[in-house]
Amino acid sequence: MNPQTKVKIAFYWNASCGGCEEAIVDLGEDLFKVLEVVDIVFWPVALDFKLEDVEKLPDGGIDVAIINGGIRFSEHEKVVKLLRRKSKIVVAYGSCAHLGGIPGLANLWSKATIMDYVYLRAPSVVNESNVLPKEVVQTDVGELELPAFLDVLKPLNRVIDVDYYVPGCPPTPNVTLKAIETLLSGKLPQKGAVLGADVRAVCDTCPLNETKPEKLAIKEFRRPHAFIPDPKKCLLAQGLLCLGPVTRGGCEASCVKANMPCTGCFGPLDNVIDFGARALSFIASIIDQKDEEGIRKALGPVVDLVGQVYKFSLPSGLLKDLIKRKEV
Amino acid sequence: MSKPDFEPKIIVFACNWCSYAAMDLAGTSRTQYPHNVRIVRVMCSSRVTPEMVLTALAEGADAVLITGCHPGDCHYLVGNYKTLARYTLLKKVLDEVGLGDRVRLEWFSAGEGERFAQYVRSFVEEVKKGALSPKSSTPEEGGLR
Repeated sequence: MNPQTKVKIAFYWNASCGGCEEAIVDLGEDLFKVLEVVDIVFWPVALDFKLEDVEKLPDGGIDVAIINGGIRFSEHEKVVKLLRRKSKIVVAYGSCAHLGGIPGLANLWSKATIMDYVYLRAPSVVNESNVLPKEVVQTDVGELELPAFLDVLKPLNRVIDVDYYVPGCPPTPNVTLKAIETLLSGKLPQKGAVLGADVRAVCDTCPLNETKPEKLAIKEFRRPHAFIPDPKKCLLAQGLLCLGPVTRGGCEASCVKANMPCTGCFGPLDNVIDFGARALSFIASIIDQKDEEGIRKALGPVVDLVGQVYKFSLPSGLLKDLIKRKEV
Repeated sequence: MSKPDFEPKIIVFACNWCSYAAMDLAGTSRTQYPHNVRIVRVMCSSRVTPEMVLTALAEGADAVLITGCHPGDCHYLVGNYKTLARYTLLKKVLDEVGLGDRVRLEWFSAGEGERFAQYVRSFVEEVKKGALSPKSSTPEEGGLR
């Protein structure tokens, strides 16, 4: 295809683990099919385009910007704002850009505590002269600058206008391909839609769904490391805290197929404003205890309830502006 | 932080059968209680989801009080046990993020109008002593909305 008529795509990563970039590469041979109709104009992790190259493009010169990772540094903010200006469509790709993701759990602590722990107190750190990163450093070769560490981590849509979301930690190749196909088809869904995934919950496509009892009643939860679950029986029925019933499907229940409970990376279903709150509601509904002591006992093995229900969505839920951040 | 003229806003969820009746009784008995509470009637305390409570806080309520029938007295037999489970879980999360003192659960029978008024009086006092909601309107901004 003539490069002039190819769809121009930019990829960018913010605060992320790199798994989302890996997920794009995981398309394997399908990536070549995509590349026949797509021209990649910016992809820091794989291609040698610089930010100046993006700046030189006209506004709206990129058709789709696929951005992963949460916004944690001033540099992220700067680049995504530039990409927003240059792009017709912006897609938040993966849990971190979509909802905040696992790095978003750092919002439970104050910025000073994070710096202090990571650079001075963590058991694996050796930092005898107590050096903390600075935004500006004077060296023999002149002044060097580092991006600023922002106060909190934000999902992409709290920094720029986002058109579509692709969920998952990371999005599976299947979901990615479906999302790209939708974007290339020209039949674009309503703004704000989640691409590539299902409208129904993980349970719906779970192979163990048939073994899920009509009424779940759990006296005490169990943790996945404590026993080997029966791979042919609903994990909830075995006492594992699986978030399949409240999580958007599309992953084909890949964690459950590997005998691990769903942790909710695809985020909430349509019209759910707070994933964690919905998950709490669900968990409460299956606890078979009648007093507070019993309920706390049932939850005993769930050592970090906030981390469990808000594992991927703390910076996007209702609590985002309410958290009294811990200083330890 | 709290100011002498700080009037907190407290959202009260009341079940139709017991606790709302208690509040009604407090009203018809002309029992005085602070105007800081905004009562929202629901059919059962188990109608109150964690999302509703968090939305109230996120929209600027200083505290939320969930009320229902005493255990065993639920009009729908087990509704309030479900409320208790939800509340216990929500409370665990709220404690973790420093909001534990802002949400409470209390049972009131239809005859406990006086106890409700008393409870609200002491609750309002306690909230006044605590921190202001980050989203609450300050008295300078027009106080109570």
